[in-house]
Amino acid sequence: MTTETSLEEHAHDHPSEFQYVKVAIFLGIVTALEVIVVYISALENLVIPILGVMMVVKFGAVAGYFMHLKFDSKIFRRFFVLGIVLAIAIFGIVLWTFTVADRLPGAAS
Amino acid sequence: MHDAAITEAGAHPDDAHVTYTGLDNVKMAMWAFLGSECLFFGALISAHLLYRNRTGDGPTRHDVYDIPYTSVSSFVLLMSSLTMVLALAAIQRGDQRRLRIWLMATALLGASFIGGQFFEFTEFVHSGLTIQTSPFGSSFFVLTGFHGAHVTIGILMLLSMYTLSRLGKLPSTDASKVEMVGLYWHFVDIVWIVIFTVVYLFP
Repeated sequence: MTTETSLEEHAHDHPSEFQYVKVAIFLGIVTALEVIVVYISALENLVIPILGVMMVVKFGAVAGYFMHLKFDSKIFRRFFVLGIVLAIAIFGIVLWTFTVADRLPGAAS
Repeated sequence: MHDAAITEAGAHPDDAHVTYTGLDNVKMAMWAFLGSECLFFGALISAHLLYRNRTGDGPTRHDVYDIPYTSVSSFVLLMSSLTMVLALAAIQRGDQRRLRIWLMATALLGASFIGGQFFEFTEFVHSGLTIQTSPFGSSFFVLTGFHGAHVTIGILMLLSMYTLSRLGKLPSTDASKVEMVGLYWHFVDIVWIVIFTVVYLFP
């Protein structure tokens, strides 16, 4: 690694305080929409995907802006994403094993 | 010293230390810790998803959850992330007074969240849902209880930062300490974003 590339990776262009407030307002609005979606019976079949997308958007906004992952070194992002990917993979397999796999033909009862 | 080693960017000249990556080792360790915490909470959330419908003779989630109430708690925790990041911005520009205001605001919002959770737990127990009632009760209280414990630890760290600032032992050159507490606090907020959606809102 050269000094130049390392310093480049370490570039800090953090948002202004006004931008933080805008992100917080956005998070509040999305949270309100999440609650509204739950009570709309017409969206009954779509509620899980809609809530899932909103959750990911809120997660990304906090991690990206408040935790500065969008602006800090990519190495930090990789550490965090590795943990998330491992968690989703491992516990996805666990959930699959205990739910779907139990009902497959030939599964031990 | 290795050629690749550079002085940590953005550090105060007097306090600058040299790392091989050019990044703050403490911050690197913090992110690794937060990555491992994803696995910790992932285990608790997946256990809850497995057991959420195993209620036995006890109350179901539809019987006990109060979505509007929990939504307000979620909003309070989200806003605490805003005050936390404003505290970091304050110390980075050397404004100790605003640092203390925002740190105390964050701690109070966190304490409000914990108070709300305590009230919610009390209501659940009165409704007949305890940690021993059913697998649903066990997984719910363990998951939300561990999250509450994390928030409580975060409040203690915030109050420590506040005290250090009051004593004049938290100069702007130590902004990285506030940043580490902030990362932990935002992580706790992120975990609640997932818990609120998956545990409370998912049908």
